[in-house]
Amino acid sequence: MTSQDYIQFALFVGMLWLITKPLGIYMAKVFDGTKTFLSPLLAPVEKLIYRILGVNPNEDQAWTRYSIHLLVFSAIGCAFTYAILRLQHHLPLNPAGMGVISPHLAFNTAMSFTTNTNWQSYSGESTMSYLSQMVGLTFHNFTSAAVGISVAVALIRGISRKEAKGIGNFWVDLIRCHLYVLLPLCIVYAVFLISQGMIQNFSSYVDVTTLEGAKQTIAQGPVASQVAIKMLGTNGGGFFNANAAHPYENPTPLSNFIQMLSIFSIGSALVYMLGRKVKNLKHGWAVWVTMTILFVGGVLIAAHYEYQGNPAYTQLGCSTPANMEGKETRFGIFNSSLFATVTTDASCGAVNSMHDSFTPMGGFVPLLNIMLSEIIFGGVGSGLYGMLSYILLTVFIAGLMVGRTPEYLGKKIEGREIKYVMFSMIIFALSILGFAAWGSMDPAGLAGLSNPVNHGFSKILYAYTSATGNNGSAFAGLNANTPFWNLTLAFAMYFGRFFMMIPMLAVAGSLAKKRIHPGGEGTFPVDGALFIALLMGVIIMVGALTFFPALALGPIAEHFEMLQGHFFK
Amino acid sequence: MLSTLYKSTMATLILAVICCGVYPLIVTGIGQALFPDHASGGIIQRNNKAIGAKIIGQGFSKPEYFHGRPSSAGDKGYDAANSSGSNLGPTNQKFFDAVKGNVENVLKENPTLKKGDVPVDLVTASASGLDPHISPESAMVQADRVAQARKVGVDQVKALIQEHIVGPQLGIFGESTVNVLLLNLALDEKFTVK
Repeated sequence: MTSQDYIQFALFVGMLWLITKPLGIYMAKVFDGTKTFLSPLLAPVEKLIYRILGVNPNEDQAWTRYSIHLLVFSAIGCAFTYAILRLQHHLPLNPAGMGVISPHLAFNTAMSFTTNTNWQSYSGESTMSYLSQMVGLTFHNFTSAAVGISVAVALIRGISRKEAKGIGNFWVDLIRCHLYVLLPLCIVYAVFLISQGMIQNFSSYVDVTTLEGAKQTIAQGPVASQVAIKMLGTNGGGFFNANAAHPYENPTPLSNFIQMLSIFSIGSALVYMLGRKVKNLKHGWAVWVTMTILFVGGVLIAAHYEYQGNPAYTQLGCSTPANMEGKETRFGIFNSSLFATVTTDASCGAVNSMHDSFTPMGGFVPLLNIMLSEIIFGGVGSGLYGMLSYILLTVFIAGLMVGRTPEYLGKKIEGREIKYVMFSMIIFALSILGFAAWGSMDPAGLAGLSNPVNHGFSKILYAYTSATGNNGSAFAGLNANTPFWNLTLAFAMYFGRFFMMIPMLAVAGSLAKKRIHPGGEGTFPVDGALFIALLMGVIIMVGALTFFPALALGPIAEHFEMLQGHFFK
Repeated sequence: MLSTLYKSTMATLILAVICCGVYPLIVTGIGQALFPDHASGGIIQRNNKAIGAKIIGQGFSKPEYFHGRPSSAGDKGYDAANSSGSNLGPTNQKFFDAVKGNVENVLKENPTLKKGDVPVDLVTASASGLDPHISPESAMVQADRVAQARKVGVDQVKALIQEHIVGPQLGIFGESTVNVLLLNLALDEKFTVK
């Protein structure tokens, strides 16, 4: 890495730290229902929506009711998108005349966007009409983000309340998240993106004659409005096939920097909000530091291997072995490695470079990040509730080690909570490894591979990891638009979303009912270096050991093959 | 249960109107008002004809133009309605063959360039297939060829490249780049092909 790389990196971490507190405080206010500077403008709209929905904003829901409303709302949204996609050729706003979308692709895409995954088995500019993009897909960019944030907020309530029955009101959390958090941020952000050269129009594709006289058709569209929410909501679904590598979707290094920052912003602010709501800011910052250490480590490893590159380049006559395949000139090695780490630490999945063409160990970092279940700032909401499941496990293990009833922030952690946590962790591992094993053996799975041997296995592993982790990035050389891939991936996405979310809501409900005991001398502290070290230990042990055999067969084996100059037909 | 269904359906419709109707229209309105050129794609006109977009790469193969990076967008490359990288992995024979072919090609087109000095970005496919830029080194190694094809001094061409090198944004962000289309347009303006 060059000194300029280190400066950019330091600036990135510094900026993230700077926005964490103000945004965290603002979000805490929003979800408490206290007044913010936007209230004069938005409170009437909010009230009107509650009246139309027939929602009593003061109703406090038990976790079961909260979950049911969340599930029904998600199911309706999924059906809504499925219908739009299947009917797009009959609907307006289709200047490029996009045709019919097959049932399995529509199902996969609807599930993908409902679960905040944004896995894309299609290429946006040659498949989706503007209406499909703007309504069918952008809709979920907002709502799936808001649903994730709501769950995290409900969980924070569960932890901070004492002897309470409810964990908040799903509809209030959902609506407030849209009106006060996502929409205002997105409007400002989208305009900034346009200032950098991003497009925002409804024109048909532009035909030009190039300097050498060839015809070039340039895809257009309302890109900036979709990109703002795709990043802020850690959705990641690209308007164009090349996603944030496309010059219209990420025009400058500055737009790139802000896009990366926006992926982490809400996840980071939620960590601060946790500390604030449980009245233990030190705990919030301890969690933040844990995430930051894991993040920095990932970036350094990925950038190291991408700079070290592929010995084949120098062998063939290049001046350096640095791996520029699948990377854009304006971003270069470092900003591509940084983006790849950020997008997989969070469950974003937008890419500004092609992970498929990374060196094996460079691609290992994004894969491992998702396998750790994206708890490094993480997907909006899902990152925090994923991290909280690791925290509960850490507290539990620490309690067992010293022979005391485990406590977290004054609440006893008992068998019930740990069962919920372990249930979600086991489903996560089973979905990734089970489906990957199936895909590697079934001829229908192998049919989609464009890269052979170990890299091919990495590709299958990456696909199910990305789907289960609700990430959405891909080793994109996989042709996943087949019934086998579309359906298995859709189910992996479903498991990865709701089998994580509902157990954590159950934990929230269970914790909310408990009394808060004042901490004694023997209570395991949840701030400070010991806690950070133990938490990281648990994350790496659980995450890495579960997946090590699979990783050894994929990227690690391929790394040694590359160094020896082996290539596969 | 019915009331939950009703709430969910209504919430879906209301949020769809706000997030998918009102929001993009507000953004389009502000964007088109403040940055009309950017928002509409930054299309460049020459002699009243659209010849490309400022930040979308296009294919060049003639000796008198600077060439961009290899592109995997569409069948012939630089298809701006079909962005894509090669997605070839690092141990794929096809990847090795592609880079090998690109290196040979670049060496043949630029006889003054020596094996071992080929800039890596000039022989690898970009992520989007529409990368409008090359590194300053990749521009410099093509200067001899372009100067010869246009029958002008190499120094003049190199000076033009220097003018078109854009450093890191705000002095910090990203890499130094040369926009191939803008450089080639400037070439056409200054040194017509004789």
